[in-house]
Amino acid sequence: MTSDVLVHARGLRKSYGSPRRPVRVLDGLDLALHRGEVLAVLGPNGAGKTTTVRILATLLRPDAGTATVAGHDVVRDAARVRGLISLTGQYAAVDEKQTGRENLAMMGRLAHLPRRVVRARVDDLLDAFDLAGAADRRVGEYSGGMRRRLDLAAGLLTRPQVMFLDEPTTGLDPRSRQTMWEVVRAVVADGTSLFLTTQYLEEADQLADRVALVVDGRVVAEGSPSDLKRRVGDARVELTFATSEEAARVGSTWPGTDAHATVPGPGPDVATSSTLRVPTDGSVGHVRDVLAAVAATGAEPERWEVREPTLDDVFLTLTGHATRARAPRDTGSTAPGAGAPADHEETAA
Amino acid sequence: MTAPSLAAPSGTTPRLPAPTPRPGRHVLADAGAMVARSLRLVRREPDELVLGLVLPVMLMILFVYVFGGAMSVGTDYVTYATPGIVLLCAGYGASNTAIAVEQDMSGGIMDRFRSMPIVASTVLVGHLVASVVKNLVTTAVVLVVALLVGFRPVATPLEWVAAVGVVAAYVVAITSVAAFVGVLVRSPAAAGGFGFFMLFLPYVSSAFVPPVTMPAWLRGFAEHQPVTSVIETIRGLLVGLGSDARPVTDLGTTAVLALAWCAGLTVVFLGGAAWAFARRRR
Repeated sequence: MTSDVLVHARGLRKSYGSPRRPVRVLDGLDLALHRGEVLAVLGPNGAGKTTTVRILATLLRPDAGTATVAGHDVVRDAARVRGLISLTGQYAAVDEKQTGRENLAMMGRLAHLPRRVVRARVDDLLDAFDLAGAADRRVGEYSGGMRRRLDLAAGLLTRPQVMFLDEPTTGLDPRSRQTMWEVVRAVVADGTSLFLTTQYLEEADQLADRVALVVDGRVVAEGSPSDLKRRVGDARVELTFATSEEAARVGSTWPGTDAHATVPGPGPDVATSSTLRVPTDGSVGHVRDVLAAVAATGAEPERWEVREPTLDDVFLTLTGHATRARAPRDTGSTAPGAGAPADHEETAA
Repeated sequence: MTAPSLAAPSGTTPRLPAPTPRPGRHVLADAGAMVARSLRLVRREPDELVLGLVLPVMLMILFVYVFGGAMSVGTDYVTYATPGIVLLCAGYGASNTAIAVEQDMSGGIMDRFRSMPIVASTVLVGHLVASVVKNLVTTAVVLVVALLVGFRPVATPLEWVAAVGVVAAYVVAITSVAAFVGVLVRSPAAAGGFGFFMLFLPYVSSAFVPPVTMPAWLRGFAEHQPVTSVIETIRGLLVGLGSDARPVTDLGTTAVLALAWCAGLTVVFLGGAAWAFARRRR
């Protein structure tokens, strides 16, 4: 183990439930977070992300395996570990009946800072997290995004070495999510290493230096976001036809399927019975070629869009089975003129 | 939103200190912060405030004007029953700590407290102190209402202080049991169940009728349960009467018994609450 490994988990196992019918949540999980790094643990609901964070943040004991933060064991040296970390869990860890300012001041007192320092630090955090205007309102009146930002700020009265963020943007609207990302980036820029869990590939993509894909309590793949996406494949043009017969006919007469390919790259595969997917690099030229190839078959798709790889695709490719919980996400690259986003992808998690 | 900067706080905090490595050192500071928190939360719980004001008035009306006429206890019923109403209100108020503790235990904030370098169980101390303050206020309300409807205590200032002290000891004891219940149970409804229990316990004591009027099997319980010794102590201090409405004779013994009950309940259940707190969710 090198000295720049800040958080190190080895062979973590954890089961819940009765001893006779245990439900295994972690099944030999190995992870490392290096100093200065942002690690995103990506996985569907029930993969063991939250359990992992709770073990690393000293809230839960593993059944087997060890974990250290800056060399301190999370079970035996829990008190030392707590001095180095900050945890922001999935459920808001602030008092609804206190104002934002009061919540932060309370955390400042609990961080054992002098009163004068607390006051200044609270003001700074309220400004930095865009909460100054709502500082003296009770948290019960805050929006979901404001609450998350306050929650994050509450963990930053002192400067933690590692920040654990458990699904920081689940349930937030896209704008609040963007704001949250900016705030998280600022925390990281301030020198804190970040251990993040998320269901969203895009979030991992935006924030993480490295991504660990967790399925059924185990890390099944690890790498930079671009590494992972490369393993999943490129973006795809999705073409939805009125009938599955028409989709099949276009698929079978696709230029790429005979020797005179006019569309570079691999041909379409069938996503659903009436939808074809053509891998693309997303460039205007290639998309134009794809649409021209469709037009040449005489068929007219009812709608089309360009889709980036989704968490579903990652899972499908790397694990061979679909996620149990689908990630609601908008690629942001839906081509103009395309129809409605593919609704079969948009079921909420 | 402007690009947030956390690195350059306003002049007064040149460099953020690292969190404290030794949590136990600051246990008093932690407890202080938790007390401030709980007092603020109690103040902002409208249900609690209304209950703390309305329950005493309703009970006083009920006992003095509804039951009082039919009661024959050997003295003015308001004189006999006021100590019981004090304990009923304070005990019920204290029992609601179970709900507050359960909310904390099941909410996200407990994860944060437990992951910080603090003594997380001081959160229970916060609730305990807040409960004492809240229920002494309720006690004051009960006594004011009692005086308005004809309660005439004969206590000296020293006896007043002693009576308030016994009420506080009782509140600490019941709050300790409530904290234990709050740590153990897994739903607000279960936590509320303890309040229900505490609303009825004083009825099976010498609070409202002399235990001698009860059937033998119930009298045994009523005479020896902790509420009775506390009631008798307070009644003896405030109006100088025993449960038979005759001048009190063995107040010292009763008071020692009452305080022993309170101390015993506090030690056992506060210890139990701390023990369960440390083990929950591990």
